[in-house]
Formats: sequence, C-alpha cells, structure tokens
Amino acid sequence: MPTIAVDKAELFKALGKEFTTDEFDELCFEFGIELDEDTSNTKRPVVDGVEEPPQLKIEIPANRYDMLCFEGIAMNLNVFIGNTTLPNFRLSAPSNGELQTVTVKEETSKIRPYFSCAILRNIKFTQARYDSFIALQDKLHQNLARQRTLVAIGTHDLDTIQGPFTYEALPPEEIEFSPLNQTKKMNGRQMMDFYEACQTPARSMSRLVVQWKDKHLSKYLPIIRDSPVYPVIYDSNRTVLSMPPIINGNHSKITLDTKNVFIDITATDKTKIEIVNHILVAMFSQYCEEPFTIEPAKIISPHNNESREEPDLSPRETQAEMSYINSVCGLDLSADQICKLLTRMCYKASPSKSEPDIIDVHIPITRADVLHQADIMEDVAIAYGFNNLPRHFPSKSAAIAAPLAINKLADIVRLEAAMAGWSEVLPLILCSHDENFAWLNRADDGATAVRLQNPKTAEYQIVRTSLLPGLLKTIRENKKHSVPIKVFEASDVAFKDTSLERKSRNERHFAAAWYGKTSGFEVVHGLLDRVMLMLNFLNRDEAVAGTNKMKADNPQYWIEEADDPTYFAGHAASVHISLDGTSHVVGSFGVLHPTVLKNFELPFPVSTLELNLEAFL
Amino acid sequence: MVAYDTKDSEQVLLTGEGEMICDEGSHEYKVWNVVHKRGRVPIKELPIRDTKSLADAKMLKELMKRQLVKTSKVISYSIRKGSKYAKEMPVEVTDLTADMLASGDWKTANFKPYNFKTLGAAQNAGALHPLNKVRSEFRNIFFNQGFVEMPTSRYVDSGFWNFDALFVPQQHPARDMQDTFFISDPPRADRPRPDDAAEAAMEEMEKGANMLFGTAEQQKERKPRDYERYWNNIKEVHQNGAFGSIGYRYPWSEDECLRLVLRTHTTAVSTWVLHRLAEDPRPARYFSIDRVFRNETVDATHLAEFHQVEGVIADFGLTLGGLMRFLEDFFAKLGITNLRFKPAYNPYTEPSMEIFGYHTGLGKWVEIGNSGMFRPEMLEPMGLPKDLKVYGFGLSLERPTMIKYGVSNIRELLGHKVDLNFIESNAAVRLDKN
Repeated sequence: MPTIAVDKAELFKALGKEFTTDEFDELCFEFGIELDEDTSNTKRPVVDGVEEPPQLKIEIPANRYDMLCFEGIAMNLNVFIGNTTLPNFRLSAPSNGELQTVTVKEETSKIRPYFSCAILRNIKFTQARYDSFIALQDKLHQNLARQRTLVAIGTHDLDTIQGPFTYEALPPEEIEFSPLNQTKKMNGRQMMDFYEACQTPARSMSRLVVQWKDKHLSKYLPIIRDSPVYPVIYDSNRTVLSMPPIINGNHSKITLDTKNVFIDITATDKTKIEIVNHILVAMFSQYCEEPFTIEPAKIISPHNNESREEPDLSPRETQAEMSYINSVCGLDLSADQICKLLTRMCYKASPSKSEPDIIDVHIPITRADVLHQADIMEDVAIAYGFNNLPRHFPSKSAAIAAPLAINKLADIVRLEAAMAGWSEVLPLILCSHDENFAWLNRADDGATAVRLQNPKTAEYQIVRTSLLPGLLKTIRENKKHSVPIKVFEASDVAFKDTSLERKSRNERHFAAAWYGKTSGFEVVHGLLDRVMLMLNFLNRDEAVAGTNKMKADNPQYWIEEADDPTYFAGHAASVHISLDGTSHVVGSFGVLHPTVLKNFELPFPVSTLELNLEAFL
Repeated sequence: MVAYDTKDSEQVLLTGEGEMICDEGSHEYKVWNVVHKRGRVPIKELPIRDTKSLADAKMLKELMKRQLVKTSKVISYSIRKGSKYAKEMPVEVTDLTADMLASGDWKTANFKPYNFKTLGAAQNAGALHPLNKVRSEFRNIFFNQGFVEMPTSRYVDSGFWNFDALFVPQQHPARDMQDTFFISDPPRADRPRPDDAAEAAMEEMEKGANMLFGTAEQQKERKPRDYERYWNNIKEVHQNGAFGSIGYRYPWSEDECLRLVLRTHTTAVSTWVLHRLAEDPRPARYFSIDRVFRNETVDATHLAEFHQVEGVIADFGLTLGGLMRFLEDFFAKLGITNLRFKPAYNPYTEPSMEIFGYHTGLGKWVEIGNSGMFRPEMLEPMGLPKDLKVYGFGLSLERPTMIKYGVSNIRELLGHKVDLNFIESNAAVRLDKN
C-alpha cells in the first residue's frame, strides 16, 4: 500500500479545521485510510537551514488512485466530512475553438499502441503544487502503471512547443533529442547506453555528467530496448516531447513558471490510460485560472478506431439495488438516505424514476475502483460507519465440524512422540538444493523436487522433499543445548507429480532426530516401535518369535537392513508395513553418515527416522 | 556434636604503607631529611603495632583516610558440648527405601532434612511446539462452532486458484516477482479439473452432515461442476466484465493464469471448496490453518513462510454487522474483547474490513486480522447463487502467538533458529485465560 506524506498544516487548512492527532487518526480509520505517522513531535530533516514542516504520513488502499496526492486526500476527506461535494469537472475548449490535435501513427501499434492527452490552461504552480504534481506521476507510474510498463506520463510546457503533434514509432537511431536535464543531443540507441551507464557509473562510457537522480530510469529501459522501433512524440517543428516510457525532452520541460501544461499519456493498456488521465486532471485542474476546467485535445488514430477527443469527463452511469445494499448492511435505509450517504463518498445518486428498488448512481472520473454494486454498497456502509452497523448474526446455518483426516493422524503421532519425551520443532519448508540433496548424500534425479523461480536468497531454492534438513539445521543452531537432543516434526514435504493439475503433491511426513555422545540408534528404533504400536501395527518379527499373537489380517510392520548413502553403512534400515494384504515401504531410519554430520556441522553422532504418514490414513 | 558462639571484634592493622612509614618515616619525613631538617612522625609514637588498636577515633579515621592503617576482622570460636553430643558420627539417610520398609529401619533412621527451596528433578519430558499449541486452541474454537477443515495439503497452486479465481487482476502488485514465489520446475499448471484426493477428503468429512441433513432429493439436485464454464467465466469477468461487474478490462492471459506459484494464502483452497459448494449451494462453514509463502525480505517481523488461520462462512442473508458480531465472539474466545473494524481494500472481498484489537500491553490499537465478504465477481463465476453470501476472515498464527509470549522476532518462533529451551519451557496455551 502506498504511503503519502502531506503537509499537516496545509491539509488542516484545506479541511477548514484543526484536528488533534487522535481526532485525525479516527477520521482516517472511519474512512478506511491509515494514519501511519504524525511527524509533529519527531526530529525532521533540515533543508537549507529550515526544518521540514510537520507531516502526516497516510497509508492509502492500493485501489484508491484518487488519493495518491495531497489534493486527492484533501478532496475526498472534505467531501466525506460534508464540507463540500465533489467538484464538477468540465471541459473548456480554447477561445478560438480550435483543439490541439495529435495524430497517432500506425507503427506505434508495434510497441505502445494507446495514446491519450489533456491540457491544463493557465495553471498556477507553487513549489508545493509542483512537487505534488511530479510525485503523483511517480506514484501512478509505480502502482497503477506497473513501473511504466502499462502506462507512462509526460508533462510539457505547452508554450514551448507547437501543435499539431504526432505520436510515432521510429527506429531508435532516427530519434534524436536532449533528454530531460541534459544538454547533449543523443539518439535513441545512445540514450539506452547513457541511462544504462547511470546505473553503473564505473562503466560510464563518456564524460557526460551523469545525473545520479536519473539512475532509476535504467529499470525502464528493458520495456522498449530490444524493439526495432521506439515510441516518440513530436510537435509540428519535429521537436521531441518525449520518448515514452523512458524520458521527456529537455526542451519542453515544465517549471514553476509554466502556465499551460500539455500532458501526454502512452500505454499498452486501454483501460488504465484513461484512469491515469482522469486522475491527473481531476487532481490538478483545481489550480487552473478557471478551476476544474480541462482543455480537451483531438486524437486522430483511425488505424485502431481510437480517434476521439480526450479526456472524457462524463461520469459512469450505473444502478444499484436498494434491497441489496440494505440486506448486506443489515439496514433499512430509504432511497434518499442512501443517496445522501453516497454523496459523502463522491457519488452523485438519485432514486430511479422508473424502478422503485433502484438508485441511479453517477460514478465520478476519480473512482476507477468502483466495478460492481458491491463497491457502492461498501461505500454506503463506510459513510454510515462500519462500527455503527447493527450486529445481527443469523443463526440459520447448522453445521457439523470435522477434522481433516491427515491432520488428525499427524496430531496423534505428534502427541505420541511428545509423550515419549521428544520435542517438537517447526523448521521452514523451503530450503537450499544442497541441504535437501548433496548434504544428505542424495542425488537429484530432476523429477523429484519443486524448484522456485525467483527466490531472494539461496536458502530458498526448492520445496523440501524430506524433513531431515530442517531437523539437522535446528540441532545445528542449538548445539549449546544439553545432550542428548531429541527433536521431531510432523509436516508436509512436496514432490513433483506431472499427473496432477498443479503438477505437484504434498506428502505428510513424520521425522525425528537424536543428537548425543552416542549414536542413539536404538532410541530412534524404539520411537519407531512406539509410534507403530500406537497406530495399532504389530511387529512381524516379534510375532514370529512367538511373544505376540497376531492374526493374519493384523496390520504389521518390519524393518530390513538398507543400503542408503544418507546413513552409516550397516546402521540403516527401511521400514515396511503390510496393510490389507499389500506391503509398502514407508520410511527409513539409521545412524547418519559422518559426511552428512560434517555437512550440517554436527560434531556428535545423530540417528534419524523419517516416515511417510499417508500410508496410515 | 559441637556448638560454638561467634565473638566478633575488630582490630586495626597497619597497611604496607603504614608499616613502611613506621620503619622508615613518612614520605614527608623523608623529604624533610633530604633537605636536612628534622621532623616527627606521629604514627610511630602510637601503640598500634603492639595493641592493634587505636582509641583516638579521629586519629584512626585520619590514618585510614591516608591508608596508613586498615581494619581486619578477627573471628574466634569458643566450643562446648551440643544437645546431641556423641563420640561417633551418626548415619544420615536421604531417602526412604524399599529395604528400610522391609527391615523396619525407617523407625530409627536419621533422615536428612529435605531442602524445600530447590527445584525437583528434571523430567524426561517431550514438548509440543508453541505455535502448534496455539493452533490446537484455534482448531478447538473452530470445531466447537461447526467448522469443517479444508484440504490444504498443497503448497503449489496455479495462478488460477491463487489469484484469477479470486478476482485478483493479472497486473496486481501481489503477482509481482517481489511478492510471490513462482515455480520454475514443473513449468506450468493444467487448466482446472477434478482433484480426486481433495474430493475424497471433503466427502469423508461431510459424511456426518450428509447423514443428518442430507436428503435423497438434494443428492439428485446436485449439479456437477463445470470446470470449462468456470474457466470461461473467470476470463470474462476479468477481461470484459460480467455478473454485474464492469471487470478490469485488460487482455487476460491464459499463460499468466497457469503459472505455478507457492500459494500466497490458503484462500486458494477456500476458493476450491466454494466452487465445490456450488454443486449444492447451502449454508456451510470451513476453516484451515496451514503454511503460506511470500517472497519477502526476511526481518524481525517477516519470514518467507508463516501460518494462515482462515475461516469461511456461507449462508443466505448474511450482513456485514453479522460478520462483526461473529468476529467479536471469535476473538473473545482468544481473550480479545474490544474490537474495531476499519474499511480496507482487498481484491476479493467487498466490503473488506481490517480487524483491530486494543492491546493493553502496548496501549494502542493493533491490527489482528482481515475479513470481508467475498466479491460477487469471485462467487458468481463458480455458479453460486447471488443471494448466497460468504464471509471470509483470516489472521496469522504467528502474530497472536508473538503478542502472547512477548516474542519480538518471528525467527525465534518459526524456523530452525528457534531455541529448543524456549520450546521445552513454554507454558501450556490457554487463550481464554489472560
């Protein structure tokens, strides 16, 4: 969730009221944003000898693009507390009636097909407004625009350029201009190298002054780098406005003194390009000489049927059912009451003239998050106050509880192990490839373990296929504990399984490890016998010896000496069961091989047991 | 056998420096000598060396201050016969034994007094992990309220079940490499289709309910799931909008949908269970407590793995206030009685509420869970009727456990770095008691 820092005094001025931190926190809570921090009483950074004024750091839900700047937070809260209603955003054509035009060339469809734009006339920037304008673009680029891949914004001083404009896609060598904050002209290809070098100044190929603040641009380069054509916007004098989504031209850059702003927006996503346009003009048109007016421009894009005038400020008209709103909220509100509550959430709503259960709702351009009447219903509940809603809980549903069989089984084994004097541990499920294979003297056949694509560290390369690495690592981290250490775990491992929809399956295992001055082999063996006894399996060999009377159909288990490189030769056994006439190998135990102990940095001998519990279901 | 009385007295002794001054004269004297003048050292005239005492307290203080004398304790004993005086050492026995019972020696034996101030013998005790002890408490609360456990035995799931079916758009930040573990091998999931193992587990658990409430008619009315239709509905609701929603309106990608991930929440399984419920839409309650994975940078409060506790309630006519009422009751069983609900954003619930509880120790409201009603865009593509509403709520198992035991670093609770002594000495969990 994005966090927006706003000037506390300015915000309270905009809201027409001083709040205590607690009062403001309460307001945020009710509205559904979160006051993270009020910096009034903390040490704040000093810039040019002046301490930064107190700020409120406010966390905004990820879908409220209309609250990513000071202007949006102030606007929404003002409407919510009833100071005002949402402004009426409207189009205003230039006095001569001639709209600016942008012609979109067909080649752009190869790289970045959608274009939108808007003009803000006679805007008055202050340092704070200017900073907010830049910061909002950055927030939109990061969040909604997914690091500029979906949408990119360029803003220009309209008085430095001359329409009509063209949006084109050209080979990088043919695009030449001075990028923002640079004086030297470069072509598209050179620019790629230039900003690549900004990332790694050591490899800087020229004596150009590398602006450290342009370092962040390098992460956008891959969006177009390998394309045969790059997107570019020209004015009628072939001055480059921008090469989206990388950088604007230096020529048309906006300053505090800029009066008329041309906003270009390019995108690969047709829906989000309009959201971005709406948010930018809704937030900043208030600073125009005639507040909340936006000058449209004409886009000529016949090849993809996208010729139109932008922006379109008409609210989305939809309907919501009163009965639905009332039933989910547990309320019995009249149409007028619902409409009144919706006004506080920036909607325009009125009871339908033709249908009694319907509210006609106008969703403003700022509320791109509203997709369904469920969203409208939630806003009614927020305006009413979540914590004021009546608390009826229907007692209609009769239900019968049931535990998942594998959990019930594993819990039995866990309790038995603990009662036998073993301590339960909970290591991680992800581990390194070596821990799961090489360190246990096991080979990976490539068909066993699920591999992760993008782990942040080598600790998490695969999903474990055995519980042993976790137990051994736990012992390694607890060597200061008195010996013997007796630990166990009953939990899932996972295996590749191409026959299933998800190409993988979990398997519930039980494993235990003894660590002490002696090998503990017979102790681990004893734990196996105990667990088997508790699961009602009788030892076949003991029965044969005559100490134990067993019926033929009694579940049985036995162990066989096994040759397994994880264990010390001659000190390992496989565990077998016979159930309903079929036999299965369900696990193994033994004294770990000294090389395994060395791999896990364990100076004392260790014996382990690992069982697959699925067979006992 | 022997008693004694202690007589403490104090004697005054010369320090090394004092001795030296007695023998050779004070430092000042030596200086005096060097300049051929005569002087007197008062300490030499005092009887300290002979009497080991000094009556003049002021002078004693002065000398001690100059570290020319020091005091040392002299302890002497005067011995006489005690009440149990004997010429031989009697045998003291420490314990009552079977032999003593047989011989009757216990009658005359001289028992050594027991030290009631020490701990008893250490037990060869096993221990359950604290997190699993808390898990047991949660399971009991769920079982007492009629919840059926969900089959969560699948760490690997497809984008379809983990995201798309929950109306999480394909460009949502949660689907970034920064947040989710993607699987490189195996490469790709199949489209959704029947899952026999999970099906069998659910059938087994619902046996009881079917016997009690089920009728033959209901069985007949069960309409089998249509996976193809579900798939197409999900595509439609994302790409073009459907079921009363305008959708996200972006080109929906099958490849993205079939990428395999480590599940980021157990809600992936709730989704599967709710789709199953569409065969016979009825009131139902499900829960799970299992491991989930996030590609987080590990720090004191974040691990790449943690346990999610999740509850789902489906019923007709559910209200938002009803969810609050349910959660107030649920958290009261955990000893948390004062709740507030904050509107929040979650792609698959609307309304969404963060649950805040007042933490008396910290003196502030802390977020203790998330909740909401699943979106129509998630439920209706499954074939569930519009009027069946579904609550979902979740919290981590680690967070309440950390608050409960004052653990500030999650790595001290989950993973291989946990101190075994902590596991072994951790008290039994009674969430309803303090």
